[in-house]
Amino acid sequence: MPKDTGIGASSKRREDVRFLTGKGRYTDDINVAGQAHVVFLRSDMAHGRINSIDTADAAAMPGVIRVFTGADFEGVGTIPCGWQVTDRHGEPMQEPPHPILAQGKVRHVGDPYAAVVAETAAQARDAAEAIVADIEELTPVIDMKAALADGAPKVHDDLKNNLCYDWGFVEENKAAVDEAFQNAAHVTTLELVNNRLVANPMEPRVAVGDYAAHDDSSTLYTTSQNPHVIRLLMGAFVLGIPEHKLRVVAPDVGGGFGTKIFHYAEEAFCTFAAKAIQRPVKWTSTRGEAFMSDAHGRDHVSKIELALDADHNFTALRTETYANMGAYLSTFAPSIPTWLHGTLMAGNYKTPLVYVNVKAVFTNTVPVDAYRGAGRPEATFQLERVVDKAARELGVDPVELRRKNFITEFPYQTPVAVEYDTGDYNATMDKLLELIDRDGFEARRKESEARGKLRGLGLNCYIEACGIAPSQLVGQLGARAGLYESATVRVNATGGLVVMTGSHSHGQGHETSFAQVVSDMIGIPEDQVEIVHGDTANTPMGMGTYGSRSLAVGGSAIVKATDKIIAKAKKIAAHLMEASPDDVELKDGAFTVAGTDKSVAWGDVTLAAYVPHNYPLEDIEPGLEETAFYDPNNFTYPSGAYACEVEVDPETGKVDVISFAAADDFGNVVNPMIVEGQVHGGVAQGIGQALLENCAYDENGQLLSASYMDYAMPRAHDVPMIKVDHSCQTPCTHNPLGVKGCGEAGAIGSPPSVVNAVIDALQSAGHDVTHIDMPLTPPRVWAAMNGANATGGGGTAHGRSVGAGDTATH
Amino acid sequence: MKVTMTVNGKERSAETEGRTLLSEYLREGLRLTGTHVGCDTSQCGACLVHVDGQPAKACTVLAQDCEGAEVTTIEGMANADGSLSRIQQAFQDHHGLQCGFCTPGMVMAAAALLKDNPQPTEADVRHYLEGNICRCTGYHNIVKSVLAASGQSVEPVAAE
Repeated sequence: MPKDTGIGASSKRREDVRFLTGKGRYTDDINVAGQAHVVFLRSDMAHGRINSIDTADAAAMPGVIRVFTGADFEGVGTIPCGWQVTDRHGEPMQEPPHPILAQGKVRHVGDPYAAVVAETAAQARDAAEAIVADIEELTPVIDMKAALADGAPKVHDDLKNNLCYDWGFVEENKAAVDEAFQNAAHVTTLELVNNRLVANPMEPRVAVGDYAAHDDSSTLYTTSQNPHVIRLLMGAFVLGIPEHKLRVVAPDVGGGFGTKIFHYAEEAFCTFAAKAIQRPVKWTSTRGEAFMSDAHGRDHVSKIELALDADHNFTALRTETYANMGAYLSTFAPSIPTWLHGTLMAGNYKTPLVYVNVKAVFTNTVPVDAYRGAGRPEATFQLERVVDKAARELGVDPVELRRKNFITEFPYQTPVAVEYDTGDYNATMDKLLELIDRDGFEARRKESEARGKLRGLGLNCYIEACGIAPSQLVGQLGARAGLYESATVRVNATGGLVVMTGSHSHGQGHETSFAQVVSDMIGIPEDQVEIVHGDTANTPMGMGTYGSRSLAVGGSAIVKATDKIIAKAKKIAAHLMEASPDDVELKDGAFTVAGTDKSVAWGDVTLAAYVPHNYPLEDIEPGLEETAFYDPNNFTYPSGAYACEVEVDPETGKVDVISFAAADDFGNVVNPMIVEGQVHGGVAQGIGQALLENCAYDENGQLLSASYMDYAMPRAHDVPMIKVDHSCQTPCTHNPLGVKGCGEAGAIGSPPSVVNAVIDALQSAGHDVTHIDMPLTPPRVWAAMNGANATGGGGTAHGRSVGAGDTATH
Repeated sequence: MKVTMTVNGKERSAETEGRTLLSEYLREGLRLTGTHVGCDTSQCGACLVHVDGQPAKACTVLAQDCEGAEVTTIEGMANADGSLSRIQQAFQDHHGLQCGFCTPGMVMAAAALLKDNPQPTEADVRHYLEGNICRCTGYHNIVKSVLAASGQSVEPVAAE
């Protein structure tokens, strides 16, 4: 019988009521009295030298308050990077400055080099067109491999070259890995790309800067997944505002998917300009601007090799990846292809030797950073594609090849640093096979063939490292921040309580699921628990939401703070009942003394805490408010097995996803409804990556896919109903809720299933196609079937994940 | 120029320029911020409202062309007593929203669909929602919500 409240219940989301009635309060809904509007003038060329910018005509336009250029930011800090990667030779990565407005050069289409602040957005837009800029076009570098060639144009003149870092992991294993390949009975090799994507939360970014002269304080309203991180980065590193003079508010945020983690120049601009003109300054991104200024995702070009012995045991794995950083280092960019990618290359398998090489490259493109999954989809895609290819080459069942190599004993120390605490990969595979009726597939294939369609079944496993992250460990790996989470629980006199969390909700339903946890622990109704987030002024310092961390890390902080509340409340209750605190129990909102009929209600204890007339003041303070910071001692490791059936139209190459099934192990689940929704959304994004989405640049660095007419977002008819199951549960061993995180699994686990299914469909018709690069658009699939282009994109020979003329549109 | 229209049953007015879009008129002129702007190119549907009973993307309609029109926005969709309407309630019951940004447009689209086609199939719903993009839900629960709002039985919300 499903629970109807507390942990494990599919409680309806309380936040839905405001969203369904138009009462949500998103950043663009905020207008501060007296606000002005800014419009940024952005580079229309990929690479150019700024000779001069004439703003005189623009400044004289109606309504214009002030025009800013890079020269106005001399002496101001630059947008910082939050993670330093050390290369194979022990040297720090090359780290160029990222000015708020371009100085000297523009380095990608969309790089802002001037900003007009005016009374209205329309006036600012008009005036921006009157700015006359003399920008001398320079040869851009778009292709990563070409960018590393001797003599290539440099994105940053002050750097040695365009190589951010050349990273090897685990460097000490390299010789042993190479030797294992020499001794292998079989080696499967695959070159592939992980296509550049744009996260595309439906709410474009917005920033409103406000300055209060009376106390010299600044407030920034922004579309962020982590307001405290923005406060720290912008205050300490860019504008020099102490944290006690800076408030960052991220109210209702309309989706993030990673791209709203980062500190952006527009946030710093609005905060800076508000002080400069002594008026609030608002910026609302258009969708076109979002495409050329939101950090992009993925964009890896990889070669992966898998060594097997004669019994089909995996003996070694070797990869080489070119990872696009874009023109500047976004907040977490260096960590994505390294610590969030290399550490997952063991996957679900007991491969004893792994070596990962990553070359991170600057190009004249928009910065690339975390997008849902962030490094882990890239690892999973390589691994699950090469395992599938190996199974075909060896003529064995892809399920059995996986099972043969599964890790089955936990905890398991991988050769790539991380230690998996729990998991049961056979259980999720068993569950998946139950969901998909694999035995019935041949009949379904024949039915499709009767309709002239090719049908394929693809499946794969995945593992991810979530619950980011143990601070000491990530500090050693180069993180410039701690990655704990915080919570304050403030109990009110009449028994209701407020939880102030450093996590941020932008669609995940924390207001509902966090309340379920606290309600369950104390035994009071969920509606007695209010969740507050998104404002540095009323939440403790916390690191926000990404990396599927909110429940595993933020939820654990809430549990710890609530534990402290309960411990103190028990002392108060013991006093009221004249009993020993050790004998007091809390259940269903009442304190009792074991073995007696003594009882005192939760509300009586909370009232006593604030009206301490009969109270042990000599032992404990009045009041009932506690704060906890939780720093995890390991990552969590959600895992699972996914499968997809597709139909391919042999006449056109169009792929239809017929069914999709996901069997996940998320450990314990607080709200199954929300968890399943997270999987649905992630899978749809993964299907989008596999079949539709492509952020394309041409040879000159022009962004070809800068609107929804050119960038193909999955629509309702592109996605099937998705079967999900999370009944295989091996609870996390090191956090108090036993939860692992579910936000990214769908996006990590789904692309290889789709591609594996398409390859299966084509091979069933005798097409000798072993790989097609994502997105598997009709032209690419058709070309592969007709031998016109073996992999469709042809991206790995060059260092580009996507090419011109290669966009999918509806 | 002052433009007057009937919005959610009440006569409302606001100043406009010739280029003022209906979405700007609603959001900035009338402070009805439930209508969202997600793309500016008529693709995403977050700005969908009803104009004279027909669905319209407010980001591509000029406010001055709507002088005298009857406009319904998400703020006008709840029951008279303020409770969630059948469609809104179905979205909550079936978890048809996550971040909530596309949601007003989805509800307005669902209302328009069900007016024309009170018993749509799953394929009908998916086809009709072609002009509304959601990045969070994978559409799964949106489709279920719309089918449920039409009175058809759907699977329970969790552990399907």
